[in-house]
Amino acid sequence: MASQAKTNVIDPLIDNNPITLQVLGICSALAVTTNMMASLIMCIALTTVTAFSGAFISAIRKHIPGNIRIIVQMTIIASLVIIVDQVLKAYAYEASKQLSVFVGLIITNCIVLGRAEAYAMKNPPLMSFLDGLGNGLGYSLILMSVAFFRELLGAGKLFGVTVIPVASEGGWYIPNGLMLLPPSAFFVIGLMIWAIRTWKKEQVEKPDYQIHQVHRTEVL
Amino acid sequence: MADSTEKKGLLGSFLSLPNDNPKKTLFVAILLCLVCSILVSTAAVSLKPLQTSNKKDDIKRNILAVTGLSDQDGSLDELFSRFDVKLVDLDTGLYAHTDIDPVVYDQRKASADPMMSVELPGGQDIAGISRRANMAPVYLLTEGDTIKQVVLPVHGYGLWSTLYGFLSLEGDFNTITGLRFYEHAETPGLGGEVDNPKWRAKWDGKKVFDEEGNVEIRVVRGYVDEKTANAEHKVDGLSGATLTSNGVTNLLQYWLGDHGFGPYLKNMRTELEK
Repeated sequence: MASQAKTNVIDPLIDNNPITLQVLGICSALAVTTNMMASLIMCIALTTVTAFSGAFISAIRKHIPGNIRIIVQMTIIASLVIIVDQVLKAYAYEASKQLSVFVGLIITNCIVLGRAEAYAMKNPPLMSFLDGLGNGLGYSLILMSVAFFRELLGAGKLFGVTVIPVASEGGWYIPNGLMLLPPSAFFVIGLMIWAIRTWKKEQVEKPDYQIHQVHRTEVL
Repeated sequence: MADSTEKKGLLGSFLSLPNDNPKKTLFVAILLCLVCSILVSTAAVSLKPLQTSNKKDDIKRNILAVTGLSDQDGSLDELFSRFDVKLVDLDTGLYAHTDIDPVVYDQRKASADPMMSVELPGGQDIAGISRRANMAPVYLLTEGDTIKQVVLPVHGYGLWSTLYGFLSLEGDFNTITGLRFYEHAETPGLGGEVDNPKWRAKWDGKKVFDEEGNVEIRVVRGYVDEKTANAEHKVDGLSGATLTSNGVTNLLQYWLGDHGFGPYLKNMRTELEK
């Protein structure tokens, strides 16, 4: 049991990461990673929602009718997201202003529904909670690394604090404007997936289709 | 709750039905919606006061910041109470005679209300706001009888979003002391640089009107050479953000022009000359 709990939390960090292996939840990874502070708030919000939605869905899993199960899951997820959004607006106004619609969009994040359907529907509440927590942390790990590169190279800052003085403010660094635009997150995530798959060969997928080598004699 | 072995009463009799039974499906759906809606509304209602005060404080903080008052000691409300808030009828340019408390008046809500706003014809709507409220608040900082500074709320469309901000003018109703946006969703690092303190500082001392009273203030491409003519009406553009820069020009042209605060500013200037 204890080892299962550990796997649930540790496994999604690298070995079964929702972003780099399953390639889910990419949309918010592109949108909110221009600075680390916004990413951090987003990570906390998503991790909370994934963990608690897992626990709640799992708690009533034996009574969820199969034909409306997705609607039931979505209702629970949506309620949690609204509550998180309301709390942010009340206690972290600046951050919620910056994140604007993206907190609300956690409802449509594939990671949340994915874990609910794949794990919480079949496992007990505590394990589902830990599974949600692990996946949330896996998402956070990638988001924070992407935000680290984007904010550092795009604005010369980390968490809003100047690390490299940029040229427009009298420093020497000419910031890379591309890093502040969403496509750069694609490049950063792509490079990360490449790096992880070079390190962990078992993550490399087999090609879907291989060209069959036709020998001349076969044609004849 | 789901795993309770002893099931009693109405709840129990429903729960003990097989999952694909239509009655149970309906029961689960209704119960879930009920529980979720109670949770959501509890959160929304209990946090509402805090959220509204956050929003109000944010606007106050921006008004203070645009006038340079925020550097002074004192609490937010204390500093803000130094302002004289008045409602201006934008068509006549005179202070409006209404029962509405200017501090409570919500210009944004009024712009959506057909009774309190007008729809702008295409040619007039250079700021891309589609509707304009009939009244707008002005925040006056007075010393004795003379007005030292006046803060005007402005808004208009940039590249991705409507920018909401405040423009602060000196007592001559011509010299800018600050421009600051408190809400927008422009690209961070490009259009989002409207928040850059360095860029905001460039507005200080610029003049809105030329000698004939035309609105001349604008954001130009590239850098402004201080030696050229009319440099006092021009502000450096944001590099890589031409459309946001144009949006800022347009919204200033609109709000300082004849359909915005133009008549009010004209009235105030003629009063000064007396």
